[in-house]
Amino acid sequence: MNAGQPKGRRVGLMATCLVDLFRPSVGFAAAKLLEDAGCTVDVPSQTCCGQPAYNSGDKADARALALQVIEAFEGFDYVVAPSGSCAGMMAKHYPELFEGDPELQRRARAFSAKCFELVSFLTDVLGVERVDAQFPRQATYHDSCSGLREMGVQAQPRKLLGTVEGLELVEMKDSDVCCGFGGTFAVKFGEISGQIVDRKTQDILATQAPVLLAGDLGCLMNMAGRLSRKGREMEVRHVAEVLANMTDEAPPIGEPVGYQAPEAER
Amino acid sequence: MSVHANPTTPHFKDNAHKALHDPQLQEAMGKLRVGFTAARQIAVSKLPEFEALRDSARDIKNHTLAHLDLYLEAYEKKVTASGGHVHFARTAEEARNVILDICAKRGAKTVTKGKSMISEEIALNDAMEKAGITPVETDLGEYIIQLRGEIPSHIIGPAVHLTKDQVEGDFRRVHTHLPKDRDLTEPTQLLTEARGILREKFLAADIGITGANFLVAETGTSIIVTNEGNGDLTQILPKCHIVVASLEKITPTLEDVSQLLRVLARSATGQEMSVYTTLSTGPRRPGDVDGPEEYHVVLLDNGRSSMIGTDFQHMLRCIRCGACMNHCPVYHAVGGHAYGWVYPGPMGAVLTPSLIGVEKGGQLPNASTFCGRCESVCPMRIPLPGMMRHWREREFERHLTPSAARYGLGLWAWVAKRPKLYRFGTRIVMHVMGYYARKTGKFFAMPFASGWTDWRDLPAPQGKTFQSEWKKRRGTK
Amino acid sequence: MSARDEILSSIRRSLRVTGAEGPRRAAVEARLTGAPRGVVPARGQLDAMERIGLFKKMAESAFASVAIVRGAREVPTEAARWLRDNNLPATLRKGEDKRLADMPWGETALEMAEGASDGRDLNAVSHAFAAVAESGTLIMTSGPENPSTLNFLPDNHIVVLSAAELEGDYESVFDRLRQKYGKGEMPRTVNMITGPSRSADIAQTMLLGAHGPRKLHIVIVDEA
Repeated sequence: MNAGQPKGRRVGLMATCLVDLFRPSVGFAAAKLLEDAGCTVDVPSQTCCGQPAYNSGDKADARALALQVIEAFEGFDYVVAPSGSCAGMMAKHYPELFEGDPELQRRARAFSAKCFELVSFLTDVLGVERVDAQFPRQATYHDSCSGLREMGVQAQPRKLLGTVEGLELVEMKDSDVCCGFGGTFAVKFGEISGQIVDRKTQDILATQAPVLLAGDLGCLMNMAGRLSRKGREMEVRHVAEVLANMTDEAPPIGEPVGYQAPEAER
Repeated sequence: MSVHANPTTPHFKDNAHKALHDPQLQEAMGKLRVGFTAARQIAVSKLPEFEALRDSARDIKNHTLAHLDLYLEAYEKKVTASGGHVHFARTAEEARNVILDICAKRGAKTVTKGKSMISEEIALNDAMEKAGITPVETDLGEYIIQLRGEIPSHIIGPAVHLTKDQVEGDFRRVHTHLPKDRDLTEPTQLLTEARGILREKFLAADIGITGANFLVAETGTSIIVTNEGNGDLTQILPKCHIVVASLEKITPTLEDVSQLLRVLARSATGQEMSVYTTLSTGPRRPGDVDGPEEYHVVLLDNGRSSMIGTDFQHMLRCIRCGACMNHCPVYHAVGGHAYGWVYPGPMGAVLTPSLIGVEKGGQLPNASTFCGRCESVCPMRIPLPGMMRHWREREFERHLTPSAARYGLGLWAWVAKRPKLYRFGTRIVMHVMGYYARKTGKFFAMPFASGWTDWRDLPAPQGKTFQSEWKKRRGTK
Repeated sequence: MSARDEILSSIRRSLRVTGAEGPRRAAVEARLTGAPRGVVPARGQLDAMERIGLFKKMAESAFASVAIVRGAREVPTEAARWLRDNNLPATLRKGEDKRLADMPWGETALEMAEGASDGRDLNAVSHAFAAVAESGTLIMTSGPENPSTLNFLPDNHIVVLSAAELEGDYESVFDRLRQKYGKGEMPRTVNMITGPSRSADIAQTMLLGAHGPRKLHIVIVDEA
């Protein structure tokens, strides 16, 4: 893919089921970022990328859902998700679902090649250097595992966050260590997951930043849920909301409408 | 019956629960989490060729596995030519019997042992004790857990789960000669005590048993890698040296070994090189003034030959460095004993179901967040999460997946495959949930998701679905 | 069928081969005879003088001490000095190594003993077969010249290394072994030693002198 001159900029936005159901504001933020960068964005009918089925050993359902996604999105130049996890599923795992069916596998490969995680798509493919946003707060950033290790998302969000007016990034210790979410793992092995996320929140709180950002809603809900269970006030948001300058449009994750930050300004 | 013969792996969740409430274990794990990872990172950063060496190491093992039958034959020939004996063992029981036979022929009473995971896998100590032979573990960590009747909690640091106070307690309990006022509060005092006790055992042993990190086909050499030197004292002092190793330890040449050595210590402890890498070929030569008079190699299959050509073949590249567990958030949380058998952590989660059966070991490959950190540090580039997923697929095919998970996910997939129903259903559910939690923004408890809400709140949905809002704001297309 | 034959057939079944395939046999033969080198770190590829510097740095970072002397004659004095400086008794056990035998031990006050160790010696001296600068590793070969027990049983180990036998990497040492012992042949024991014995098995605290030597002193004889 040539970074400077994409062949076309018709983007199919795969919002991901978590964003679709729990936090539409992330979807709108993603759409705005893509449109600001010159893309035409559409949201075709979508449900789930099939990752929960795939990771639970249910290959048949995973394949059916993957095919459904491919059919809905393969007409676009690019498929972008505000999630390293779902993007990783589409970009890295779809082809192996169709092993033994060369025709479908070829189609899956072609599809996978145009799937991207939102922030890395903005910087690496569209060449976005800066965003037009303000967020005069200190924030810390967690690297979600699939984004980091499957999609290589690490420098890109930090680069763009660095251009947000007023925002000061405070790195936490071990930002690349898992938050303990792991999809169904968080429910199936709740106690272990609870311990891992507790340790993660210790590293988060140690930064003393009032804001936590990450690029995957699953991880964000996990960390926000643990922070709030511990009674810690913290503004937890998807990185796209900050980059799109849309933090006024929705309260932080796990907070009610009308939420006021305890210390609105630093 | 010991854990070796009777794995507690089926009770992984209960084991984990206990581990999470064990303050001493949590203290020890806290140390491990920081120490090993930082050390590896520093060692790797000092060697620009490290990534190329990982590729090289992977390719060597892949080549070897693809020609394993021929390399085994070549290796056997060289060992025999150097005066040693090779014994093949299909099962753990066969391996135990071969070793017990050698012990019986030599009338052995005491056997010193270097650290060997294969010895743990075949539950050798239990069998020797039953046969009236005293096995003495000489790796300091193995010695400590032998005193406690435990299995290793880590493949390179068997006693990594213990604090120094626990070790002191064990020494006082077992070393009954110790005066009460002898100060053993510092690790160095504990080390001196163990060194003294074990030195006597080394000199008195009839047979020495070690494992092997590599078996070299080119020369018929077995190689052990240690830091303490216990493996060497185990193998050069007694009259007979027995090596017990699994098939996949075969490595073609000394040059190939060099590649593997360069990634092994760095991945394991963050050392440039372990202190002692010892290459042993056959028994004592004419004129030698030390070294064993007899040299045996017991080659264990135990199911490995049938892993070749399957989804799990990658696992046979493993060189047992422990990097995967050193970097695993689940291992950090629960420690090694929760895994219930010999091999813990990510490599154990893949290997254990192969060796004790997926019916017993099936929870392990499920107890992973798939964070991928293990794969990212594995020197042999073993796709550990991918293989855990393969186990989940096998469990699913065989209906071993717990029914709640199966039905829950099945229902989700059933709905997700019907986009209209999905949109209709989720619009209602999200609206209700959003309304219900409009004052708090979160749920404190949730039916069918107590695994989540027992430990954290569940952030509430905003109330509208993205797709319906998009349609409303942007119009249909 | 014997366990051996059954295991080999099981492997062949899994690989879907018979074991008689010409190309497979040729590939194995080629690797075993050719012993191709893999990735050799640039770090050790230095000239003789720089190699000594790298070896010293790496061995010291593994907690060995290193001294450089200008000739074999100076070794006994250096050994005696090191023992004295470390408050160790003036005794030393060695094997039959000719190079060591030719050194003027009589000019020191050291009380010398010869042969394998029975575990009661405090100090020993051995001559290395070679060494590797890349990681500060000594290469010791077994035999009456330098019994392997001397590498492990004494508390303090002095190793003499001839600078001419210091290589940059392991591969070059393996070539040296082949030259001396023949291709595919090995002495009974080759010990690659990088620093003194240690353990971190108690409370993850690194301590020197677990079962082997507590101290390792390397004397490099550099005639150049």
